[in-house]
Amino acid sequence: MPMNIPLWAQLINLLAAVLLLLAFAMLAQRRVLTLINLFAAQGFALACSTAIVAFATHQPHLYWSVGLTLVLKVLVLPWLLHRLIVRLDVKWDVEGLINIPTTMLLGIVLVVFAFNLALPISQLANTVTRATLGIAMASVMLAFLMMITRRKAIPQVIGFLAMENGLFFAATSATYGMPMVVELGIGLDVLVAMLILGVFFFQIREQFDSLDLQHLEKLKE
Amino acid sequence: MIEILVMLGAPIAGAALLASIGAGKHAAEINVGTCLVTFIAAVALAVRVVAEGPLLLAGKIFFVDPFNVFLIALTAFVGLTTSIFSRPYMRIEQDLRHLTPGRLRLYHSMFQVFNFTMLLALSANNMGLLWVAMEAATLTTVLLISLYRTPASLEAAWKYFILCGVGIAQALFGTILLYFAAEKVLGAGGGALLWTELDSVKGELEPTVLSLAFVFLLVGYGTKVGLVPLHNWLPDAHAEGPTPVSAVLSGLLLNVALYAVVRCKVLVEGSAQTSFARTLMMGFGLLSLVTASLLLLRQKDIKRLFAYSSIEHMGILTFAFGMGGPIASFAGLLHMTVHSLTKSAIFFAVGHATQKAGTQLMDGIRGLVSISPLIGWGLALGALAILGMPPFGVFASEFLILTTAMHDQPWATPFLLLALGLAFAAVVAKVQPMVFGATTAKRLPFRPLMFPVFAHLALVLMLGLWIPPVLADWYRQAAKLIG
Repeated sequence: MPMNIPLWAQLINLLAAVLLLLAFAMLAQRRVLTLINLFAAQGFALACSTAIVAFATHQPHLYWSVGLTLVLKVLVLPWLLHRLIVRLDVKWDVEGLINIPTTMLLGIVLVVFAFNLALPISQLANTVTRATLGIAMASVMLAFLMMITRRKAIPQVIGFLAMENGLFFAATSATYGMPMVVELGIGLDVLVAMLILGVFFFQIREQFDSLDLQHLEKLKE
Repeated sequence: MIEILVMLGAPIAGAALLASIGAGKHAAEINVGTCLVTFIAAVALAVRVVAEGPLLLAGKIFFVDPFNVFLIALTAFVGLTTSIFSRPYMRIEQDLRHLTPGRLRLYHSMFQVFNFTMLLALSANNMGLLWVAMEAATLTTVLLISLYRTPASLEAAWKYFILCGVGIAQALFGTILLYFAAEKVLGAGGGALLWTELDSVKGELEPTVLSLAFVFLLVGYGTKVGLVPLHNWLPDAHAEGPTPVSAVLSGLLLNVALYAVVRCKVLVEGSAQTSFARTLMMGFGLLSLVTASLLLLRQKDIKRLFAYSSIEHMGILTFAFGMGGPIASFAGLLHMTVHSLTKSAIFFAVGHATQKAGTQLMDGIRGLVSISPLIGWGLALGALAILGMPPFGVFASEFLILTTAMHDQPWATPFLLLALGLAFAAVVAKVQPMVFGATTAKRLPFRPLMFPVFAHLALVLMLGLWIPPVLADWYRQAAKLIG
């Protein structure tokens, strides 16, 4: 069987596996700085796999998507985050309160769930990349889990951005990417979100003297 | 074409202008002026729809039909009255040192961007563009909610961003699935996400994928509608943001999100031919209605009280659209209109009441009628209207929804009656002492601007007694579309 799979399809599967691995790595990472680098690496894996799909299936519009991912998720957003953590002086921050083994186990359960959820859809898909849809959904869910388990502001936001990565990957796997106007719009929204949050971090810090979200649990009902 | 360009261009130009001139002397006037231009353009658009029927504009990017045209007009109208209300309100806030000029500049320009995103979401034909506009609306409101930079407002804004950000990501996944199903029928490319194209081939779309897509879309946009159990952000956001923002959040943004849900529902119903989408919407609707009415009893903060009342009404609406049928959908559309008008009027009155009392806690607000009869009566009438007292319009729409439910979904009737009864008891018991109780508070040295409150309430009263034929016609056509 494996002999029948062309090289580029194997590469896509490999990159999908890398993407999932990076999602798990982010889930288990306590250091903010490493988290940002992992996020950039995930963006790079996403761009590579999209580029291979674009090349193999002759979908020229996907190259735009590759460019957008490279510029936004590999360069601009990580650069903004780096600047932020330097200016907020949280570069060496370590998050102590998360229970890594339990989170990882939960993550595995979520991956199984995601694969089951993706099964009926990928059976209907006629793209060559349909097998990776399960991985895409799994990385969305892992990012979601990361958002829930984190108690600090910056890791939560990185979780949010990683979720967007997973969604982009899902779009490429199921349909060879969304129409251009939509992808541009999503990219713009993500960028604006990041800029707004950057400002927001400073406000939170000014008010609470930390980026720990435990201070933000006063409002009830 | 020109109408929609002006309608969408004016807020953007206004936002840029307001951001550049800062909080100068005339910023509030420019804000009102921009909203006025937007409103005139929206009315012109509505007139054209009356004359020419549904419009597809700018290479099918924009689509205006009887379902969204009245929402566009309503959004522009409430945007205008809110800007009129916010002119004196925000000036007082500045005098009370709650706001610096820099924040006021942010407020004005973000108010316009927010207006723009809602109008874009309503007029977009492309489901992807609709998503982009909804996300942009989330982002602008995050800035508006955290305007006071108090610990509580920062917390509310953060909660709002995280919850709605996650929600809107679900909606994006739903949109991807929708595109996935559509692409098989319509071919790849931009056309496959156009609502008009999707609507014409909805019978051929793969039902399993569409049902799955609808779950994600309902959860995603439902977070923004404030459906229980995804409603946590809503009361905080309403209570901690400036009052004009609470008014547009409740009056407009929730409507726009619900509009997105209903558009998706039309497609799923057409594809799946089952009652799946209906059942899901009715369930979420009833749950929201009942939960919100129970929580109403426990509120101490006046803005949180009316925020929960918004969740309650969104529950009624989701239930009505889920139930479907010509009468329930007609009533739903009417209820959307009257709820927007009434709730924003209430928030205007509440805004001035809290400024007079110096607190948002209901225990601290007493005897409004003796301090300022206009505010007192405005709040009292608004509360009666929102509780569905005849002859206000809310009575008409709730009555229609209730009677249809008795006929079509009798099992839901006890829940509806119970929730409406509880809401009535809670709101009357809390509003009555605020309006008529004894007070020792002094008169404050400013005059409230109550004209927008009474203008809204007059419209709600009119809609309870007589619905203009044009509007009734739109409702009927839209109800036919919604099914």
